[in-house]
Amino acid sequence: MAQDKVTIKIPRPLYHKIRQIIDDSGFNSPTDFIVYVLRDVISEKGAENREQFSPEELSILKKKLRNLGYLD
Amino acid sequence: MIEPHGGTLVNRIADKAHAAQLRAHAAQLPAIELNNREVSDLSLLAAGAMSPLEGFMTRDVYESVLDTLRLPDGLPWSLPVTLSIKDQDVATMTTPFIAALVAPQTRQPIGVIAVEEVFRPDLKSEARRALGTDDPDHPGVAYLDSLSGAYAGGKVWMLERPIQPPFEEYDLLPAETRALFAKKGWNTVVAFQTRNPIHRAHEYLIKCALEMVDGALIHPAMGETKPDDIPAGVRMECYLTLLKNYFPAEHVALSIFPYAMRYAGPREAVHHALLRRNYGCTHFIVGRDHAGVGNYYGTYDAQKIFDLFDRDEIGIEPVMFEHSFYCRKARGMASQKTTTSAREDRIFLSGTRVREMLAAGEELPEEFTRPEVAQVLMRHYAPRPGK
Repeated sequence: MAQDKVTIKIPRPLYHKIRQIIDDSGFNSPTDFIVYVLRDVISEKGAENREQFSPEELSILKKKLRNLGYLD
Repeated sequence: MIEPHGGTLVNRIADKAHAAQLRAHAAQLPAIELNNREVSDLSLLAAGAMSPLEGFMTRDVYESVLDTLRLPDGLPWSLPVTLSIKDQDVATMTTPFIAALVAPQTRQPIGVIAVEEVFRPDLKSEARRALGTDDPDHPGVAYLDSLSGAYAGGKVWMLERPIQPPFEEYDLLPAETRALFAKKGWNTVVAFQTRNPIHRAHEYLIKCALEMVDGALIHPAMGETKPDDIPAGVRMECYLTLLKNYFPAEHVALSIFPYAMRYAGPREAVHHALLRRNYGCTHFIVGRDHAGVGNYYGTYDAQKIFDLFDRDEIGIEPVMFEHSFYCRKARGMASQKTTTSAREDRIFLSGTRVREMLAAGEELPEEFTRPEVAQVLMRHYAPRPGK
């Protein structure tokens, strides 16, 4: 699993600031907080540029619409 | 294809990896138990049906919507979308924080929220501004009266695609209805919203609108309704029966709309229209007393409210119809606008009268409802043996 992750460096004062912010916030660590925030940002950016469906999602959707009689 | 409201279709349904991380984390988080309306709203927020909203409203957005029928950036938005927190939990919550959103009763995590703000609303004021009344008999007011404590505002994630049993196969998310319309080559699509079975007057409105557009989306609200509304399962059987017998399959689609009714009349008509824009619809049918209840709103207030906005701000075109009925004089369906008949020549039944007739085992006239639909309703309302 360690191979699924990379190390990113951030300035130490920012790290300390994040630790203050996440106190009693529900985030276990600065890493959790940073990953959460980045996923949010990427989601917003991705919504503008992303393909609507993955190939698997498209296949499922087509089958669903055919079962409903909406597609041949 | 019509753009979503605000320009981008929000997607806050976590993918597998993200959902796994959130689910693992959720067990350690403070939990906010949702009510049924909030579960519906979370589903709609996450799936992009409420674009551009990405979560439950913070105070500035909430007040802006109530005061101006617009978001702070000026985009039209007519009803608050809020998450309630119980009184006993408010004191323990210091913002910002992340919380698990758990389903009612089961308390299984279904989402998370990054709470930016907790605030205490004036619920009486909300009722007066959003619903036009604080009469406790209004079902929307009754809902607000059931709340206590505060609202929490912030962006949400849903842990997985919302499922709406038992209608899962008819549950199309906004991205999916858009894909369907594109595949069918429908450039213009009219949406029909209902919380009732479709009787002949509604069928007439849909078909009139369908003459002008490429396709129609029958989009019944299947979230929480008031106790005396016809149950969702019965309604669904009515819709399927009607579509099978009386609508051309190549021009009509049925999908459920997991929306909890507010019964907010005019403001809700605008809300319904904006959400259907996000589903890819270009037109939206607005009949008499749309989303109304009792006598709280004027018959056509839900049509007049659209005059508060420029057409291109709303984006989706409201298709207005007056009171419609079977006309004996015309020997067909007509509306107040298209006939000179007297009242006694018009066949129309109120919802209350329909329920009375069904409970008494009386047949509904076929000028009012299709016999196949009437049979579905009569099976549901037939007196039980021994009662």
